[in-house]
Amino acid sequence: MSVPVLEVTGLTVLRGGVQVLEIPSLELQSGAVLALIGPNGSGKTTLLKTLASLQEPATGSFQFQGRPLASRPEREAYRKRVTMVFQEPLLFDTTVARNLEAGLKLHGVPGPERQLRVLAAARTFGIEPLLERQARKLSGGEAQRASLARAFVLEPEILFLDEPFSALDPPTREALLDDLGAALRRTRTTAVLATHDQVEALQLADRLAVMHLGRIVQSGPGEEVVNHPVNEFVAEFVGMEVVLPGRVTATGMGLCRVAVAGQVLEAVGSPAMGEAVLLGIRPEHVTLAVHPGPATSARNCFPGTVTRIVPRGPFFKVELDCGFWVAAFVTPRSLEELALAPGSAVSASFKATALHLIRTH
Amino acid sequence: MGLIWEGIKKAVELLWTLDPEVLGITLFSLKVSVLATGLSLVIGGAAGMALALTRFPGKRLLIAVINTGMGLPPVVVGLFVTILLWRNGPLGFMEILYTPSAIILAQTVIATPIIAGISLAAIQQLPADLRLQILSLGASRWQMLYWLAKEARLPLMAAVMAGFGGVISEVGASIMVGGNIQGSTRVLTTATVMETSKGNFDTAIALSLILMVLTFTVNAVLTHIQQRDRPR
Repeated sequence: MSVPVLEVTGLTVLRGGVQVLEIPSLELQSGAVLALIGPNGSGKTTLLKTLASLQEPATGSFQFQGRPLASRPEREAYRKRVTMVFQEPLLFDTTVARNLEAGLKLHGVPGPERQLRVLAAARTFGIEPLLERQARKLSGGEAQRASLARAFVLEPEILFLDEPFSALDPPTREALLDDLGAALRRTRTTAVLATHDQVEALQLADRLAVMHLGRIVQSGPGEEVVNHPVNEFVAEFVGMEVVLPGRVTATGMGLCRVAVAGQVLEAVGSPAMGEAVLLGIRPEHVTLAVHPGPATSARNCFPGTVTRIVPRGPFFKVELDCGFWVAAFVTPRSLEELALAPGSAVSASFKATALHLIRTH
Repeated sequence: MGLIWEGIKKAVELLWTLDPEVLGITLFSLKVSVLATGLSLVIGGAAGMALALTRFPGKRLLIAVINTGMGLPPVVVGLFVTILLWRNGPLGFMEILYTPSAIILAQTVIATPIIAGISLAAIQQLPADLRLQILSLGASRWQMLYWLAKEARLPLMAAVMAGFGGVISEVGASIMVGGNIQGSTRVLTTATVMETSKGNFDTAIALSLILMVLTFTVNAVLTHIQQRDRPR
């Protein structure tokens, strides 16, 4: 593997004497996108600002392209080679073109070259027709496009993105996500994206790092983090909405039986007998049928009662009481076919492989 | 009514004939107040920005002191500057009491808290992350301050107007530290006070009108600077 673009070790940040961030080590690979996901207050923004050299850490050493950033001038020089896009577009009160030009001016890029680069960046984000408009008159989506273009035009070595989509409505957000993804891949820009939306993270990033209380609790390729969360926090956060505590009653052949609230569920894994574990079930892996339903290949099939139906965009989330709590995503059509309403009797089934076993130690 | 009409006629006459004394007083008032406002902008603007961008214990108290200073009575300033500059006072060696320098000093003391207080608020109302955004686009610390000031130019120009308005209109400090000496430290306000006390209402009205026209002209220029390249 090549030398990481940025390598950070022993990073801690204090606020008011209290430690708010502790990152033993973090590496950014060239051309890769890392997503920091976690709830508000988990330290994502603080980490980004510290990595972008906009905030002083209490401790920590930085290696940029293999060279240490020890002195203040070295860190300032590094700061000029990276850039950050904030949650708010933070555009200057002038035209869009002058906003895009701002960083280039500060970097001392001559006028004619500035024009060309501004035009190219505006084209990448589809805001060429807006260049002569006043920045303050743009819509939320347009303003965030301008903000992204203003960062991209600098061709930064590392781009830090702090929840740039969180204030946008879904269609605007999706279009912008597509354009940003394409721009990142085409320019092979190394980037760190903070978000609390795992879909956004999975769409843009090569790797995910889940943050909780100022620490990275798990990092790895997106698939791995989503499907193999290391603890209950990660599991709940990455959208495994139902996490059930249980106790192992039998194991063998790579399978195990777990007693959960008087029911026995089959899962894949080899925990110890009698061990307390958590079982994660993602709503998209749960199938509903009228009770008593046709036989399925699913090892886990439980009768239950509908307790609540919540619209979730194109789906409905149906919550069931099967002795334990479980949720399923259902299309509006199935909802009608199954005649589901609070109180209806249904059966929920899911495969043993759909259950994610989390050992709690 | 007759009195005001007489005053207006007198004012027009004094202006029309370019009365050398009135012209002298007007230009002197303008010079003193512009210099004092300029000095206050440098001191108060820097103090306001520094205060907005730093954190230290006692900051709120200091802000409260500055905000109080925005309403500093000119006669109080006049009194203390007079004591400071008195022959055996702490700054007596400068020998500037009853000179134009003393008026500029007193007016600077009046305008500095006004400009500092408004600049502070001007910078504080910008988004907190804006200065990080500017740094992140490659600015040095000084460039960052300049860009922040540019973003806050509307309220900052308002600060300058408020400061200028405060000093061009005050009379207490100017008369106390300047002495209203003809041809030396007489400004429009002190001259108006004197003419009124002498019963020369027409001249006093004329001087007042000139003062208002002068204030309007200066503010019109400042407003033009403030509002340019702002589309409707």
